[in-house]
Amino acid sequence: MCLGIPGEILEVREDNGLRTGKVRFAGITREVCLAYVPEAARGDFVVVHVGFAISKIDPEEAARAYRVLEELGQTAELTADASNPEGGREIYRRVP
Amino acid sequence: MKYIDEYRNSEIAAALVRRISETVTRPWVLMEVCGGQTHSIVRYGIDRMLPQQVELVHGPGCPVCVTSLEMIDRAHAIAQRPDVIFTSFGDMLRVPGSRGDLLTLKGRGADVRVVYSPMDALRIAQENPARKVVFFGIGFETTAPANAMALYQARRLGVKNFSMLASHVLVPPSIAAILQAPGNRVQAFLGPGHVCAVMGWREYESLCEHYRVPIVITGFEPLDILEGILMAVRQLEQGRAEVENQYVRAVSRDGNRAARDLIFEVFEVGDRKWRGVGSIPKSGYRISYEYREYDAEKIFEVDAIDTHEPPQCISGLILRGLKKPCDCPAFARQCTPQTPLGATMVSAEGACAAYYQYGRHLDTDGRAAEDCAASGGR
Repeated sequence: MCLGIPGEILEVREDNGLRTGKVRFAGITREVCLAYVPEAARGDFVVVHVGFAISKIDPEEAARAYRVLEELGQTAELTADASNPEGGREIYRRVP
Repeated sequence: MKYIDEYRNSEIAAALVRRISETVTRPWVLMEVCGGQTHSIVRYGIDRMLPQQVELVHGPGCPVCVTSLEMIDRAHAIAQRPDVIFTSFGDMLRVPGSRGDLLTLKGRGADVRVVYSPMDALRIAQENPARKVVFFGIGFETTAPANAMALYQARRLGVKNFSMLASHVLVPPSIAAILQAPGNRVQAFLGPGHVCAVMGWREYESLCEHYRVPIVITGFEPLDILEGILMAVRQLEQGRAEVENQYVRAVSRDGNRAARDLIFEVFEVGDRKWRGVGSIPKSGYRISYEYREYDAEKIFEVDAIDTHEPPQCISGLILRGLKKPCDCPAFARQCTPQTPLGATMVSAEGACAAYYQYGRHLDTDGRAAEDCAASGGR
């Protein structure tokens, strides 16, 4: 129920006085209310729950995860991810 | 390790499991609070990858499951009115009340509609000014900002034919209730990542301090959960009891200020009855006095409702981490997702439904039987 789906903001606009936008998820694009993430702009990633962005995803933290991974000695996995053309977009997938 | 193969990042999962094994020196019981985490754990078999000393029990974090039978029956009474369009999330509409589920009512002529968001329900109200549109507003703190916005917008836009049957539940009071319950076994919690994305984790700091229990705010991917477990086990082994945040990419200590502000404009904290558990003080949101004209409980007077749950259902014990689905003689026999006896089987995120969906009752390879037999008393 508390499912939160990460997606990328493609477009921001006002709709009936409400901050709204288009967000792209894995395969689809949806209208999402952006009122709760006033700082989020086009190109940012957000966590979306029942049509509302509830949190902006911190790209630095997502990147930090890769450094922790290196410490674990799992760099092979990193290379595999880098070779994946979709891999770079999935900044939400934290790799410990 | 057949379950590990299902990971995209199976080597990292294996490395995390090794790290957990190296850290643990004695038995610990951890509870994941959120139903989404329970689902991930059972789906990927995370509980079976862990060293024997680390036991996972499943928490009350499925709002559809814990919505009281009285509230569902109240929803039925409202949905049956000819002037009403009744709306909610699909999984809520499928939960059986005393007389079948809400979607069954639709088959008998009631106008019951599944919506993706409460804003869709508001739109239906705008498009149907002659009908009364009611949204069954359930959920934890994660869903409260969306439901609050629907009411805020209804008032701002002057939509008079929209109302909400609000049955919100809150995580911190349920954690306190679990820790206070006689016979509690839970020694650490994986905290609910998306609830904390909204609320932050200040409330959890006082729980840690008061009950001396570690809480690790954790995400929902399998690797998030394994890292959360590692962090919790480290705290237990080191004798620490703090809030730690595994889900850093989406959660900050203060949470989402804008969302919280609107929640507290529209809702107020009140006592709430949880299915399978009973009433927990100050464990829910109800619609505030200022928004009373949008409160379906006040608009539609429903007579006192008398309900009873099947006595053989042990969902109350499962929701508090005292039992597991396989401990129940009715599990996968009289009680299935098609014929649920109680809270933990009624929705896919309930522990019993997750065990059923991923075939825990079908396994005959020995390990499963052992899991089931050992889960109650280990």
